[in-house]
Amino acid sequence: MSTTLEGYNFAYLDEATKRMIRRALLKAVAIPGHQIPFGAREMPLPYGWGTGGIQVTAAILGPTDTLKVIDQGADDTTNAISIRRFFTRVAGVATTEHTAEATVVQTRHRIPERLLREDQIIVYQVPQPEPLSRLEPRRTETKRLHALADYGLMHVRLYEDIARFGHIAKAYDYPVMVNGRYLMSPSPIPAFDNPKMHRMAALQLFGAGREKRIYAIPPYTDVRSLDFEDHPFRPIRAPHACALCASTDTYLDEVITDDAGGRLFVCSDTDHCAERQATAQEAAE
Amino acid sequence: MYVAVKGGERAISAAHAWLDETRRGDPAVPELTVAQIEQQMGLAVDRVMAEGSCHDRFLAALAIKQAKGDLIEAAFLLRAYRTTLQRFGASEPLETSRMRLRRRISATYKDLPGGQVLGPTFDYTHRLLDFALAAEAGDAVAVPQAETPVAEVPRVTELLAREGLMQREAEQDEEPGDLTRQPLAFPAARPLRLQNLARGDEGFLLALGYSTQRGYGGNHPFVGEIRVGHVAVEFTPPELGFPIELGEIGITECQMVNQFKGSRTEPPQFTRGYGLVFGHGERRAMAMSLVDRALRAGELGEDITAPAQDEEFVLYHSDNIEATGFVEHLKLPHYVDFQSELENLRTIRRSAEQAMQEAAE
Repeated sequence: MSTTLEGYNFAYLDEATKRMIRRALLKAVAIPGHQIPFGAREMPLPYGWGTGGIQVTAAILGPTDTLKVIDQGADDTTNAISIRRFFTRVAGVATTEHTAEATVVQTRHRIPERLLREDQIIVYQVPQPEPLSRLEPRRTETKRLHALADYGLMHVRLYEDIARFGHIAKAYDYPVMVNGRYLMSPSPIPAFDNPKMHRMAALQLFGAGREKRIYAIPPYTDVRSLDFEDHPFRPIRAPHACALCASTDTYLDEVITDDAGGRLFVCSDTDHCAERQATAQEAAE
Repeated sequence: MYVAVKGGERAISAAHAWLDETRRGDPAVPELTVAQIEQQMGLAVDRVMAEGSCHDRFLAALAIKQAKGDLIEAAFLLRAYRTTLQRFGASEPLETSRMRLRRRISATYKDLPGGQVLGPTFDYTHRLLDFALAAEAGDAVAVPQAETPVAEVPRVTELLAREGLMQREAEQDEEPGDLTRQPLAFPAARPLRLQNLARGDEGFLLALGYSTQRGYGGNHPFVGEIRVGHVAVEFTPPELGFPIELGEIGITECQMVNQFKGSRTEPPQFTRGYGLVFGHGERRAMAMSLVDRALRAGELGEDITAPAQDEEFVLYHSDNIEATGFVEHLKLPHYVDFQSELENLRTIRRSAEQAMQEAAE
């Protein structure tokens, strides 16, 4: 596409800023799960709306890349459209809605159902990079806890859930242990998606713009959801089949269809769902 | 059969077209010009320059027009533009004792060298709606001008410092950090704190400053001096090696004089809270100097008990561009997480109901 925005550098950020971000990314890859502060810039999209992910994507994007942007698993949610349009305008890169065709996937709140490959990178938008923030709001203190690998606070929190409810009641942004060392926020993806991070073939990058931190998981790294021997981690999904593709092993959105309690469940990953429907159609013909 | 909602792209375009239409309002009413905003909404322009962290009256006025008068949105537009600008260096420190003053007042001395200069102020106006303004017949008001412009005026705090009553600020040789390039780390040095406060949200600074007056970390402030006017910006190009004047910017400076009981290493003396902001912004500069002084509690060995004294709390929450983005992001879809919470709550309720039933049997 040749209709990129005039007066701006490729992918919006200037090259010095991109280099600063790439340096932070390299450091992040070298210390999996560790939060690296970086000089996040103001972006023309608001903080909290994906500026961290956008800056990471801008720093790694090349002219030959193909970008996919999803929000809640879908390509056609308004903010995903807005971010995809932004990169079309400022970088002119090819975009796709098909996970298999993308070289870079920027996501908010989901990991695609289809397994990612070694030649792909997934960029997560992160609102709060500090997994301990709800337990200890001070960054000065959480830094110390990470340095000492002192994660007792989080274990106690999970244990308290078990004592009260009989099981761990954290449904999303479920804390993970990366490479056996750093406690990490997987970003607010449903706990259902956590196992996909474990030994993923693709490079996983995380950008938090407002909090000005970057972290990463290199390919094939161990990522364990925190749990207890007698209370193993269990991913949560609605116990239904997708109303469109009949899938029973994907994450589902609940859709209210009337005001009399009518509801149905459909795949949150729209690309995966459409692909399954197409395959079923072909098989039927 | 159920069909998933599509068409977000068209909806966005339509919404933005509608926004443009409402911005213009009734076409029968003449369109505002950027020059009118810059001239007649000057204090709004000043606030947007301060919080947008960019001294450019035209751009700030344009941002206000584009943002339909939403000043935080306007500051955001200006900030986003600012990040794309190339930096060619840092100016010399501003010499505010050589300001071209429009206003200069002190609350600590009845008279002093340079005198009290009221300047264009709302102070002592009676806040009565002026219906004459609604008639819009306002011809330009000619104001008589004093013969001699205000000459170079010494700072009040300097007069105190010469007597040893005001703590001198430590000279700093090292280059101050840059808030817009490096992420905040704590403890933050005072230059970084001041940078943060100078572009912090006016309402937030005002409330925090007010809280110190009501006993949450109070330290008995006096307005040593407020000065409003224009100051020259000088820059030393590496190829010249001496400073040249680039132009003037409008600023407001406030120095608060605060009591200090003294500590083991320091005798009792006055200490300073400092505020400096773009444009004419007295409320902002005063609030900033109250909060600056409150944040010095640690270095002065005072107890840290109040929100305004808590560096991490103040500096992480002062920026309204960050704050508005994150608060308003709650509008974005969260249905994936919400669905997890629903399943979670249903499971918990099922086991709770079961337990209650068993207890009843």
